[in-house]
Amino acid sequence: MSLYIFLLLTLLTSIAFQLGRMRALRIAARSGGLRKLHSLPRHYGSYMALRFAVPAFILAGLTALFADNIAMHFVWNSLPEQLRILPEEQAKLLRQVIIHTSVNPSAPGSNASAIVQAGWQLKQLTVFTLRLGWAGSLLIGTLSAGLFLKKIDSTLPARLAMEKFMRGILAACTGIVIFTTFAIIASVAMETFRFFQFVSPVEFFFGHTWSPQTAMHAGQVGASGHFGALPVIGGTLMITLTAMLIAVPTGLLTAIYFSEYASSRRRQVLKPILETLAGIPTVVYGFFAVFAVGPFIGRLGLLLDVETSTESALAAGVVIGIMIIPYISSLSDDAIHAVPKRLREGSRGLGATRSETILHIVLPAAMPGIIGSLLLALSRAAGETMIVVMAAGMAGNFSFNPLKSATTVTVQMVNLVGGAGTFNTPSTLAAFALGLLLFLFTLTVNIIALHIVRRYHARYQEGM
Amino acid sequence: MAREKMSLLRPSTALRRRYRRDRLFLLAGRLAVLASFSTIGLIFLAILYTSLPAFTQSCIRLPVHFEETAFSDENIDRANYDLLVAQALARVIPGVTDPGEKADLLGMMSPGAAWQLQRMVDSNPKRIGTVEQLWLPANADIDMLRKGKFDRTTPERLRRLSRLQLKWYDQLNAEGRIKRHFNRVFFTASNSTEAELAGIYGAVKGSLLTMFITLVLSFPLGAGTAIYLQEFAPRNRLTTTINVTISNLAAVPPILYGLLGLAVFINLFHLPRATPLVAGMVLSLMTFPTIIMASRNALAAVPRSVCDAALALGASRMQSITHHILPAAMPGILTGTLLGLAQAFGECAPLLMLGMVAFVGNVPAGITDPATVLPMQIYLWADNPGQGFPEKTAAAIVIMMLFLVIVNTVVLWLRRKFENSHPHTS
Repeated sequence: MSLYIFLLLTLLTSIAFQLGRMRALRIAARSGGLRKLHSLPRHYGSYMALRFAVPAFILAGLTALFADNIAMHFVWNSLPEQLRILPEEQAKLLRQVIIHTSVNPSAPGSNASAIVQAGWQLKQLTVFTLRLGWAGSLLIGTLSAGLFLKKIDSTLPARLAMEKFMRGILAACTGIVIFTTFAIIASVAMETFRFFQFVSPVEFFFGHTWSPQTAMHAGQVGASGHFGALPVIGGTLMITLTAMLIAVPTGLLTAIYFSEYASSRRRQVLKPILETLAGIPTVVYGFFAVFAVGPFIGRLGLLLDVETSTESALAAGVVIGIMIIPYISSLSDDAIHAVPKRLREGSRGLGATRSETILHIVLPAAMPGIIGSLLLALSRAAGETMIVVMAAGMAGNFSFNPLKSATTVTVQMVNLVGGAGTFNTPSTLAAFALGLLLFLFTLTVNIIALHIVRRYHARYQEGM
Repeated sequence: MAREKMSLLRPSTALRRRYRRDRLFLLAGRLAVLASFSTIGLIFLAILYTSLPAFTQSCIRLPVHFEETAFSDENIDRANYDLLVAQALARVIPGVTDPGEKADLLGMMSPGAAWQLQRMVDSNPKRIGTVEQLWLPANADIDMLRKGKFDRTTPERLRRLSRLQLKWYDQLNAEGRIKRHFNRVFFTASNSTEAELAGIYGAVKGSLLTMFITLVLSFPLGAGTAIYLQEFAPRNRLTTTINVTISNLAAVPPILYGLLGLAVFINLFHLPRATPLVAGMVLSLMTFPTIIMASRNALAAVPRSVCDAALALGASRMQSITHHILPAAMPGILTGTLLGLAQAFGECAPLLMLGMVAFVGNVPAGITDPATVLPMQIYLWADNPGQGFPEKTAAAIVIMMLFLVIVNTVVLWLRRKFENSHPHTS
């Protein structure tokens, strides 16, 4: 139904456009040519279309969103007195029941219960409200456009008004994006603040016990839970370091080979592949970690007689390492490729070998860009979720043995809130504190990385 | 110490050492490229190989007799279809009387066998009273056995199939009653607790609905923001801050967007959780930075001379943008949008935070129905220890990668087109 209304409104919008355009053309014909008009006929048309569409679509949208709420409001007020004074919880339940009966209503007999009647009423009222709203939106659109049609004349600056409106829309887009982002960050910060009312920051940052369960009932043993984040942070660091140990040498050497040795045709083929590989969903790597790397490490452990855990930090670290290789090599390749050719030519001309040129001339010159790429990869590895959720453990062990299970900030966040309904226990709020920590960490790393990269770009801007 | 005789024709030891180092360095580079590409290649081959069994399903050919007595009830849906399957099995393997053994015999079939019969009778009630030879789906263990993934040497009490079941299997197999068919269920069904009945259609549809919401929200808002920031916004402190913020947001771990979505969309606005609507909203927050940055780059890459020429001929600022700059930048903007969507398509960490992990057995009909998405389905199956689920997981990954390969090909094509449209720029 709402789809048809949408189509109807669109149709009427285009009719409004045609009306505006035709009127402008008529005026032009009467007053001696198009050049007598302030704007082109289609600007008048577009302006008419806007006059119709903006109020009509806003009202229709509001109707679609709130019709059932409005209907419920009236139905609720017509309920018997004793139902309306129910406590909030039960009232909520009652509303659900009424909505449920309204989905499949049958005309109630005279002796039907109040709820069945309410359901029937709700259905009728909702339909009525929707129709009212839609009729209203047609009416208001027509009024707004119709009144305006009379005002079209050769001096009306339709184009300027149009452009002003479009600019307004673009600015509104920017406003929405920026506002949502900041509002949301603020909300997380607020939840973190609430967490620190339960748990002192000192315990959070310096405590070494992480057991975030909360009491089911008062007086339970270990009821308060311990929120020392060190084991979680330690686990994250260990897994991230393992990943970097694998990815940095491989990724860098790959980048060097790409930019210094590979022929330009091979580079043209391989580079897009590398960028595609950087976009592989991490859940794919996670599956690989559980189904191949984890069992492999376990078997290796049996062979070497070393105790391993099925969910080892090593497996997660190795797979994250594989995941970030394309990142490092793609970004570093950009940095190395941007080093001016004259540096290489100078070095080779003085007799240095290719590898000497690369190691002593090219790499130092590209170093800021490379460091930038490594930092970006680092923040990716630290924030990686799916691989660790699937392959690393849950318990926060305060150890640095990579063969044991380790937990990370992201794993704990998933465990603590994974779809929680309310946030009033320290354990759900702790997820927000961990989240803010992760956010600040990646933000810092990223700001440093961007700063380095920008300075580096500035260095080679002149004289390329 | 005798000094080595210097000659330009014969390299000195020191030079030879330097050359050797040079060759070693090149070798290291080659090895690194080989290692990184072969590891990722290996991952794909392993997953592809694992996925292959999931695309077929073992079926057993049984003579099913739709007896009238079984349909004595007015409502044909209430007929005991399991009994029909059991009777058909008894006709092929006669002489099983022990109730436990009978249960074992029926246990070789999937519950889907009875459902298939029910669907057949529903679509054509004239079948009642006839006998038909039908291929009915076997259960996951028999399926694995047929595909050679079952170890018969395991001791019986640790094995998922009994000695008798193996005997019956061999008997049926010898009669040619067991065959692998293309697994249509996998492409038409939603999630299920039985591996042989689980499919990805529900998840794919959930993903597409989610992507629709993401596209509808993030493309206009993202492109609009980019146009405003690039073409209209005054250059001042505020806009600089906004620019820096956007490029920083691109590096925020996806899981944080889930936390944000949970706090705002679900707890503040009480939107229905685990629906494509909320998932799409959260993922569009994640794609904004990608789209905005790519669009701004595309807009900036359009030569200023184009804009200047339009302005000189009397076009307004808005006209020069909508008529000249935007069309030229469109391929770049679309590329950025597609890349952002591809990222969002494969992302499931934020959805995990939203609690989109519930079992969803229905195909979602709209954006406010409970749904799951493809990567989430992969995650759930990867966690499922049941027989046959690793294969399903791998197969779902293959399907997801196919989608992404298509998107990336389109992106490459667009990019090439874009590069050709302005041969004189940078």
